[in-house]
Amino acid sequence: MIGQSAKMAVKAVWGNKLRSFLTMLGIIIGVFALVVLVSLVNGATDYVTDTISSLGGSYLSVSVSDDKGDPLTLDDINALMDEEEIGLAAPLASLSATGKAGHESGTVYVYGTTPAYQSINNLGIEYGTFLRQTDVENNNYVVVINQTMADELFGTNDCLGETLTLNGTKFTVIGILADDDNSMTSMITSGMMVAYVPYTTARRMFSSISSSISSFYITSGENATAEEANDRLTEILMARFGQDEDAFTISDNSMIEEAMSSVTNMLETLLGGIAAISLIVGGIGIMNIMLVSVTERTKEIGIRKAIGAGRGVILTQFLIEALIISLIGCALGLALSWVTLKIVTALMDAVTFSITPTIASLSIAFCMAIGLLFGLYPANKAANKPPIEALRYEG
Amino acid sequence: MIVLKDICKTYQVGGETVRALDNANMHIYQGEFVGIIGPSGSGKSTLMNIVGCLDLPTSGQYILDGQPIENYSERELTHVRNKKIGFIFQSFNLIPKLTAEENVELPLIYQRVPRHERQERVEAALNRVGLWQRRQHRPTELSGGQQQRVAIARALVTQPSLFLADEPTGNLDSKTSEEIMDIFHELHSQGNTIVLITHDNDVAAQAARRIRIRDGHVTEVEE
Repeated sequence: MIGQSAKMAVKAVWGNKLRSFLTMLGIIIGVFALVVLVSLVNGATDYVTDTISSLGGSYLSVSVSDDKGDPLTLDDINALMDEEEIGLAAPLASLSATGKAGHESGTVYVYGTTPAYQSINNLGIEYGTFLRQTDVENNNYVVVINQTMADELFGTNDCLGETLTLNGTKFTVIGILADDDNSMTSMITSGMMVAYVPYTTARRMFSSISSSISSFYITSGENATAEEANDRLTEILMARFGQDEDAFTISDNSMIEEAMSSVTNMLETLLGGIAAISLIVGGIGIMNIMLVSVTERTKEIGIRKAIGAGRGVILTQFLIEALIISLIGCALGLALSWVTLKIVTALMDAVTFSITPTIASLSIAFCMAIGLLFGLYPANKAANKPPIEALRYEG
Repeated sequence: MIVLKDICKTYQVGGETVRALDNANMHIYQGEFVGIIGPSGSGKSTLMNIVGCLDLPTSGQYILDGQPIENYSERELTHVRNKKIGFIFQSFNLIPKLTAEENVELPLIYQRVPRHERQERVEAALNRVGLWQRRQHRPTELSGGQQQRVAIARALVTQPSLFLADEPTGNLDSKTSEEIMDIFHELHSQGNTIVLITHDNDVAAQAARRIRIRDGHVTEVEE
């Protein structure tokens, strides 16, 4: 019976091609807007999230505010790397100094750290190497500088092996960092003169750096999440600092990702909501045309009822008709979105936009609901027409 | 087979009560060919709607095939129309989008007859009115007489207990009318019950028995 109703509904839709298409247009545009907007936001979010996570992976930065008279030492930091949940750990001491080479000089941000810092912050090397373990062990007077510093002090990027002074102490340049878009640290410090020296050397040189480490970075272990690393580190530090959770602070850059995702989620909901409104408008279009169709076919309904079509048959027929219009519109809208997203993806080489199964099934479900909802009233109206009045109708 | 007892039907038209049928009494027996004759406005359409189960009487009793149907629900009336009554209308009332074949098939679809059996019965019905060759044509591609024959095929395909024809020749020229009336005679000779409603005395004269309706009153016409 439903098969027959469907057949008659298809006939009615097909018999009025232009009108059916124009009615579908509302749904097509609604689905198109919904899918394309949500997919664009999704694609952009993925792109930005990928970019953020490539900026030095996700690391935890720790600052100790109260060492309870038992400060962390370099050995303590190195010992952290033996923990299963923790990958790399590197201390960081920062201060500013006057850098000088030949006649050029300027203020330099000096960081004392260890080799692990390079991987933690995803620093790229243009020439030479980063700090080595031996440099830390032997308090070598070596320095790794960024491109800005190389340009300003030496006038060239390739200044490997040259000598410069920091607050009057001589250092040999062993590496020049790359200006790298993949490193947040590199991005933030571009335009400033930055120099990395071995932590031990920095401590020896500058009285302001004590032997206690108050700031360091860690990454999570190979098989551990950032959360697990965080938990393990918290446990260790709590034990160390007499269970005083105010003695230290651990923060991570996943906060940026969280903030980002809450913004994009909101954007997605907002745009999806606006598109959904246009779908509802499309649904009203369906209802409007279905009502016209019911009036136009009053006579037909009368004939069908006279020869034995019950309420249910008529109701099903018109309901299926509304459903067909909305679902074909939905399919066309999805196809149009797919093509559009392919084109946009082709035009923008870095970002990929695609229809997710979630948004596709969501729009199909939504269209079905709209077809049923807005088809129900006209279909019911058709089904309730008394046969004699419908037969008498001349339209 | 058809018994109408004290049937009354009133309508409210602009606050005024119109009595379309006033204590109508009528008996029609199995296999009869009855002509109901009356001028327009006499209540014959109302009578046809009630006999055809398209409408219910305001009061009185209507027995069709031994079943009192005056208290039937909409659903039950639909069922009775589908199973027991074959309608033939003045304006043919075929569905324009469907072919002759599909129009004839429709009541069988509503009866949920299986496809295979439907095809056989549609073919038999269309052959009987001589239009099997034109089964793929839509009503607009057929002449008035042919359309009425398709309508008759649609009525007889369900093998109804009663053929109810409302001015079946009203829109046709006299030659085509004769052809249509011949089909009715043939159906009658095969034992079918036929009720023919008309304002045309010549058409009514072909029926074996005539009933006159005037101002809502039903009277037998004496031979």
